[in-house]
Amino acid sequence: MSSSGLRVVWVYPDLLSTYGDQGNVLVVERRARQRGLTVERVDVRSDQPIPTSGDIYLVGGGEDRPQRLAAERLRRDGGLHRAVDNGAIIFSVCAGYQILGHEFVNDLGQREPGLGLLDVVSVRGTGERCVGDVLADIDEALRLPQLTGFENHQGITQLGPGVRPLARVRLGNGNGTGDGTEGAWAGTVFGTYMHGPVLARNPQIADLLLKLTLDVNALPPVDDRWYEALRTERIAAATQAAA
Amino acid sequence: MTESAQPLSARARLAVTAGKAAAAVSRAAGRGSGSVIGGKVALKVDPELLSRLAGHLDVVLVSATNGKTTTTRLIAEALRAGGEVVSNALGANMPAGITSALSGGATARFGVIEVDEKYLAGVARDVTPKAIALLNLSRDQLDRAAETRMLAERWREGLQGSKATVIANADDPLVVWAASSSPDVVWVAAGQEWKDDAWSCPSCGGVLHRPDDTTWTCGDCGFGRPVPSWVLSGDTVIDPNGSAWPIRLQLPGRANKANAATAAATAAAFGIPPHIALERMQSVAAVAGRYDVVSHRGRDIRLLLAKNPAGWLETFSLIDPPPTPVILSVNARGADGTDTSWLWDVDYGRLIGHPIAVIGDRRLDLAVRLEVAGVDFRVCESLTEALQTLPPGRIEAIANYTAFQDLRRAVGN
Repeated sequence: MSSSGLRVVWVYPDLLSTYGDQGNVLVVERRARQRGLTVERVDVRSDQPIPTSGDIYLVGGGEDRPQRLAAERLRRDGGLHRAVDNGAIIFSVCAGYQILGHEFVNDLGQREPGLGLLDVVSVRGTGERCVGDVLADIDEALRLPQLTGFENHQGITQLGPGVRPLARVRLGNGNGTGDGTEGAWAGTVFGTYMHGPVLARNPQIADLLLKLTLDVNALPPVDDRWYEALRTERIAAATQAAA
Repeated sequence: MTESAQPLSARARLAVTAGKAAAAVSRAAGRGSGSVIGGKVALKVDPELLSRLAGHLDVVLVSATNGKTTTTRLIAEALRAGGEVVSNALGANMPAGITSALSGGATARFGVIEVDEKYLAGVARDVTPKAIALLNLSRDQLDRAAETRMLAERWREGLQGSKATVIANADDPLVVWAASSSPDVVWVAAGQEWKDDAWSCPSCGGVLHRPDDTTWTCGDCGFGRPVPSWVLSGDTVIDPNGSAWPIRLQLPGRANKANAATAAATAAAFGIPPHIALERMQSVAAVAGRYDVVSHRGRDIRLLLAKNPAGWLETFSLIDPPPTPVILSVNARGADGTDTSWLWDVDYGRLIGHPIAVIGDRRLDLAVRLEVAGVDFRVCESLTEALQTLPPGRIEAIANYTAFQDLRRAVGN
């Protein structure tokens, strides 16, 4: 992190900010400020270069055509690769998650190359769209409580040997592969299908991103009363709906 | 623009009767107005019924993400200057509800019909409208609805070859793209506060440039804002001759002035001059409960409906300033969309300074949203508790779809 504070980059709000995922930026910003950090939020439109000096890059979900346009522009830009080489964290959701992989199927039904920052490949499912609340156990290596979120996608994402699943679903679909995996992560790059937005539903993940950036094991506690109340309610609702 | 009334066929008459009977049964069972079930039954008996019922009418269709119920009402009031109007005034805006509404219009001259965005192309085929008013398109219930640009594409395909005069908002790039496939468009500069669904060119995908408040152009293909012939300018609407007509409404807010400007342009297409149209619109005080001020447990409450980020944005701009107390209520039932993520596309920071109580099924989602926005709030279990909590003054109650219905029931509206 630079001396001027934490730089949070919100990638392509003009294309990849359709499903409320900018909430992830707001939650990271808020929880960093509550820990006394200075935060600079940088919104990068798709006709602007991706800065390579950011600390945390957040990429959201978008509709099918904007997803293709975003992939084209991010490939041409190359900034996210340099940022990862500099040690930055990337946290991506849904369409953004697919873009970080090797390839996905675009709005024209064609295979579109991604950025290859995650060892995953996405295709379009032929069954019903995955829509609804999800409950999952996060990879124990990350030592985080249960994942709660809302999925809304048609994609199926196969994980390669270079990544670990972010979580194993108890309820819902996640990666849609039928093997119970949800999302993927490797090093400082994360992907998930969860909206909600996911960091509002799981503030501990936002804190994990901050800890990785600051290279610390713990952060001063903040008032998590409302987050906890929401988590309890959503986990109970998902469990009840499944029963 | 009138056509001679054709008597309905025996089958169509039977269909109307069957529909009315089903509606009566539904009403008797306490299941609402019965207009939707009535329409469904009628369409089953005669699938062509909608086009038959509309045959003798001069039809106006109204569609949009936001403002369609209000604009339908405003156009209906304006056109009453020219003859009897039949309209689905209560917002039942899919084919069954529309059929049901039109079955009461045997003697009407005009049919003013609100249409759900997804059904516009189909209804436009069935009823051969004389005019179609298109207000705006933005993200709404994305867990169950089509993508926003996809809707614009369906509109565009549906309008190709339509003989209707399209009255369309020049300030919404998605609407412009959808309408520009039509040979006869009247452009209205009606404004669009929400811009986050139109940063990329609907035509080629390039980035749209917005050098000032009104202009927008694609940097890649040059697609841009058409020259409007009607312009909303503050509290007036300027007609194609350059005359400015004052808009005096009981309905609050910029968005309703935009709705009135579009309604005036639509009425003009039927020969109703703007001053007469606008004067008639002044009589509208509330639309299906929206904007109604009700007294409940000793408090005055203004009921405001906001279903999606664009709607919340327009609503924030019309509420009374702090320290006016505010109630926020959000549900996520079927009709609302079951994903609450959209709350994070609403800038709740604009409510700083208002005493706030949050209610509704998803009050905890709102609580986290407001906490992160740095806005003070209280979570309440019920409307009654919220009313006890909030300081004196008229309350602005903003709710999404089913939460709004709950509110109306709770206050006996």
